[in-house]
Amino acid sequence: MEFQVSNKAKMLTTVLMVVGVVFTALGVFMAMPGEGQESHLGQKFLANLLVNSFFYFAIGISALFFMALQYATETGWFVSVKRVIEAIAGFLPYGMGLLLITFLTLSFMSGAHIYQWMDSEVMQEGGSHYDELAAGKGAYLNITFFWIRTVIYMAVYYLFMRGFRQRSLEQDNNPEGAVGIHFTNYKKGALFLVFFAVFSSTSTWDWIMSIDVHWFSTLFGWYVFAGAWCSAMTVMVITVLYLKKLGYLPKVNESHIHDLGKWTFATSFLWSYMWFSQYMLIWYANIPEETTYYLMRIEHFKGIYFGMFFINFAFPMLILMSRDAKRHAGILTFVGLIILAGHWTDVWVMVMGGSMGPTASFGTLEIGMALVFLGLFVKVVLSNLAKAPLTPKYHPYLDESLHHEI
Amino acid sequence: MADTVIYAMYDDDDVLKEGAKKLVSKGVKVTEVFSPFPIHGIDPIIGVKNTRLGIMAFLYGITGLMLATIGMNYFMIQDWPMNIGGKPSFSYLENFLAFVPISFEFTVLCAAHGMAITYLLRNKTLPGMPAQNPDPRTTDDKFVMELRLSENHNFSAEQLEAILKDTGIVEIDQKEIK
Repeated sequence: MEFQVSNKAKMLTTVLMVVGVVFTALGVFMAMPGEGQESHLGQKFLANLLVNSFFYFAIGISALFFMALQYATETGWFVSVKRVIEAIAGFLPYGMGLLLITFLTLSFMSGAHIYQWMDSEVMQEGGSHYDELAAGKGAYLNITFFWIRTVIYMAVYYLFMRGFRQRSLEQDNNPEGAVGIHFTNYKKGALFLVFFAVFSSTSTWDWIMSIDVHWFSTLFGWYVFAGAWCSAMTVMVITVLYLKKLGYLPKVNESHIHDLGKWTFATSFLWSYMWFSQYMLIWYANIPEETTYYLMRIEHFKGIYFGMFFINFAFPMLILMSRDAKRHAGILTFVGLIILAGHWTDVWVMVMGGSMGPTASFGTLEIGMALVFLGLFVKVVLSNLAKAPLTPKYHPYLDESLHHEI
Repeated sequence: MADTVIYAMYDDDDVLKEGAKKLVSKGVKVTEVFSPFPIHGIDPIIGVKNTRLGIMAFLYGITGLMLATIGMNYFMIQDWPMNIGGKPSFSYLENFLAFVPISFEFTVLCAAHGMAITYLLRNKTLPGMPAQNPDPRTTDDKFVMELRLSENHNFSAEQLEAILKDTGIVEIDQKEIK
C-alpha cells in the first residue's frame, strides 16, 4: 500500500518549522548584546547548529547502520519494516548538508571558539592564545586534514545509503534477481559494518570530541554512537506505530513492535553502559587531564547532565522491562519521546560543555532551533516514506517476516 | 484418584499441531504434549499460560542487588573502612561508582541461578529426578499428546480415541492410574 503524507502531518511539520524560526529569531533578538557587553551570540548560534545537525545526522547514519546490520546477519523479521528504516536513513543527505554547512561556517570563522584547533592564534607558536597542548595535536587536528576525513566519511556513507536504497527498490521489480540482490546487500552490509566500526569512532572524535581539545577518551566514539543508535531505534518505533495507527503496514504485528521495543531497551542499556564505563574509569583514576571534562559539566550542567543520564537509563529500564509494555503502543511512544529528548540533551551538553561552558544557557534560541530541525526531519522522513511502497516485494525473507511470531 | 490417561503418538510436530487445533475446537482439553524440542506456537493452542518466570527473575535480581549492597557496605565501609581510589571518604554513597560493577554482577548471578533452579524445580527435572515422559521415544523423534478423562467429562474414552484416530496418529495407548 502506498503511503501518502496526510495534510495534517504536512501542516504540522510546517507549523513546527515556522514556530521554530520565530523562536530562533526571538532568541537571537534577546541575546543581542547591549552596549559594552560581551556577545556570545555567534558562538551560541553555531554551537546549537552543530548540536542539531549532528543529532539528526546521527539518527540517519544509525538507521543506515541498523539496516546494514540486518543485511549482514541475513535477518528475516525486519523485512516488513524495512522501508521505514530506509526512510529514516534517507534523511542522511539533508543531515550531511546541514553538518557540512556548519563545518564550513566554523572553518571560515577560525572555529568560532567551538573548534579551538581551527584558530591559528591557538595552534601557531607566538600566537596570541598559543596553546602548546593543542598545538601538539596539530598533525591530526588541522583544517585541511579535517576536511579530507569529513568528505571521505560523508561520501562513503552517502554511497552506501544510495546503494542500499536503489537495490531495495530494484528488488520490487525484479523477482528473478531478488536473491542475487539479497546477496549483494549481504556483502555490502558486511563491508559497511567494517568501515563504520572504525570510522564511526574517528568521525566522532573529529566532530565532537575535538571541541574539548585537551581531553580525550578512547570509548567516546562508541558512547556517542550508542546514544545515536538508541535515538534511531525510538524514531523507528514511533514511526512504525504512527503508520500502524493510520492503518498502513497491516502485516506488521505485535511481534515486530515487540522486537523494535527490545532494540530500544537494549540500546538504552548499551548507551548507559558506555556512559558509565567512561565516567567510572575517569573517576577512579582521578587524573586531572581526564577529569576536566566532568568537572566542567558538574560545575555548570550538574542537574541537566545527571538528570539526563537518570532519565535515559531508568525510564526505559523500569518501564520497558516487561513483555506487555514492549507491545503497548502508548507506553512505547511515551518512553520513546522522553528518551529521544534525553539523548538530544546528551548531545547538547556534549557540545555546550566544551564550547560555551559557563556562558551556555537554555532558552528560546535552543528550543527554536531544535523545533526547526525536528520539523525538517519529520517532513523528510514522511516524504521518503511516500516515495516507495511500504511493504517490499520479492525479498527472500519477506514470507518469514510476515509470519513473524515470538 | 483413579483416572484414565490416553497417550496419542505422532511422528510429525505439524501433524500434532493440526490435531491439537482440531481437538480443542471440539472442546477437548489437551493436558500435555511431550516433544524432543519446543514446538513453536503450541502453547496458545493447548492453552498453556504465559510463564511467570520473568517476574521471578526480577525478584531474584532485586534480592541479589540488596545482598550485594548490604555485603559491600559491611565489608568495605563498616567493618574495615577502605581507601577507595585514593579518595578516603569512607562513605558508601560517595564511593557508589566503585560498587556498581559488583552490584550488577551479583544481580545477574542471583537472577540467572534463581531462574534456572526455579525452572528445574517447577518442571521436576532436577538432576536425578524420575523422568515424566510416558515414552522414551519422545526424547528422540516422536511426539506424544496426553489427554485425561477426568478433564474431559463430556467424552468417553472411546469417543476420544475415535477423534484422535482422525488426526493422523501413529500409535495410541491407554493407561489407568490410581
